[in-house]
Amino acid sequence: MDSTLIIEKSVIILVVFAITMLMAMYSTLAERKVAAWLQDRIGPNRAGKGGILQPLADGLKLFAKEEFEPDTPNRFLFFTGPALAMTTALMTSAVIPWGDKFHLFGRDIILQATDIDVALLYLIGVMSIGVYGIMIGGWASNNKFSLIGAVRAASQMISYEVAMGLSLIALLMMTGTLSLREISAQQAGLNWNVFYQPLSFFIFLICAFAETNRTPFDLAECETELVGGYHTEYSSMKMGFYLFAEYANMFISSTILAVLFFGGYNYPGMSWAVENWGVNIANVIGIGALFVKICGFIFLYMWVRWTIPRFRYDQLMHLGWRILIPLAIVNIMITGIVILRAEIFAYLGF
Amino acid sequence: MSIESISLSGRKKVVSNKEMSFLERMYLLAIVKGMIITIKHLFTRKVTILYPEQVREMSPVYRGQHQLKRDELGRENCTACGLCALSCPAEAITMKAEERKPDEKHLYREEKYASIYEINMLRCIFCGLCEEACPKDAIYLTTSKLLVPSSYDREDFIFGKDKLVMPLDIAMKNAQLKNAK
Ligand code: SF4
Ligand code: SF4
Repeated sequence: MDSTLIIEKSVIILVVFAITMLMAMYSTLAERKVAAWLQDRIGPNRAGKGGILQPLADGLKLFAKEEFEPDTPNRFLFFTGPALAMTTALMTSAVIPWGDKFHLFGRDIILQATDIDVALLYLIGVMSIGVYGIMIGGWASNNKFSLIGAVRAASQMISYEVAMGLSLIALLMMTGTLSLREISAQQAGLNWNVFYQPLSFFIFLICAFAETNRTPFDLAECETELVGGYHTEYSSMKMGFYLFAEYANMFISSTILAVLFFGGYNYPGMSWAVENWGVNIANVIGIGALFVKICGFIFLYMWVRWTIPRFRYDQLMHLGWRILIPLAIVNIMITGIVILRAEIFAYLGF
Repeated sequence: MSIESISLSGRKKVVSNKEMSFLERMYLLAIVKGMIITIKHLFTRKVTILYPEQVREMSPVYRGQHQLKRDELGRENCTACGLCALSCPAEAITMKAEERKPDEKHLYREEKYASIYEINMLRCIFCGLCEEACPKDAIYLTTSKLLVPSSYDREDFIFGKDKLVMPLDIAMKNAQLKNAK
């Protein structure tokens, strides 16, 4: 492997890491702002112009807080929990194609940390590890509220993972590849998957809400019943890590939604831009388009949060097992029939 | 008309417990409706008052900290009759009367005045009965537009004449305004 590749990938990884952190940071501000606006308020506006420095102030506050630790026999696990949550939240970003090829310094640069051909499988895998952070933290806290929160999170994740996986199978049958780069490339122009697989998108969206523990599925940390849920015993920056991981997760799942169903970095007229303005400029616009889509999804997350009340736990399980999973299976069947329609028609003798 | 169907407010709604239809059971329509309602609020005028810079206008009948009035010549109105203390349901007012000396005519309007006048702001319930009881127009809660500030010690909440009597310059200004009209 030549050293330029290593440098190139390191730079990409660093930039992606920084951007994920930045987005997570500013999601916290956006969340508060959106909440305020939807409730006819203004929201934080004292730190910096229009509250632009609020995330820094929040971070500083969390750092300065007393590091409190419950009397737990699992000290090691207590520290591992938040670290794991953060790690898995950041790991997912490795396979996401942030843009098409750049042509710089006489070589093609792919805006992706790594282009593995089982990217989608990797995503689902890493996302399901994410629950370990919550589970270990909740378990090690030695507190019944934390434990119930953790148990809830775990069973919720498992239930919705099934529906999520099934909804993606329908998508896979259509794309025929697990590589996110190829899936993005297939959606050039306005050939976005959401138009071909609306049901799949819908199921995936609901499952994404559940996987990120966002309202209406935030039973793992519902304040009204469980104090703070799995992070009840956490304080200072460990608590900050959990909150941060949640927002990082939200950013990543918005990205996945945008890449899988909304064409990733593609925008209408991209091929025209490549011809007339060159690859690099077209790509910069593409990255911009991707981020517009991501921000749109993040806004959707917040919008839903401040609209819908929380599900009851049995309703949540009912929705997952008895509605979404059958729906996903029906979707797979319909997709199969549509793909094989020529053969079926031939068989029936039309 | 039977009693069940009367609606005085005109907004009575009979709660029904009927089976929901399939569309209703999906909740999707309801969720979309809810989201349209919330997004409308994104564009409505915000009701926040940016407090230290903007201060909410007080209602004309707002009852804040008491003020002992002066007349146009700057003399104190109160004659220490004690009617306010008598009317106070919270027993918040105490005072000590004193006879006016000949050389104090410019200070007190009546022949008797309150040398000590204290209101315990922790007892006071800001009912305004003292204002209603006063025969000399001497005590008002509505004009000062002051809030009683917080403090750490109970002693700080016993307001004497130093805090209650209207400042002289304001009294003179009021008098000028009145004359100018
Ligand atoms: S406002 Fe009411 S409670 Fe307060 S001093 Fe006057 S009469 Fe007493
Ligand atoms: S404030 Fe009014 S009611 Fe109270 S003692 Fe003075 S004159 Fe009498």
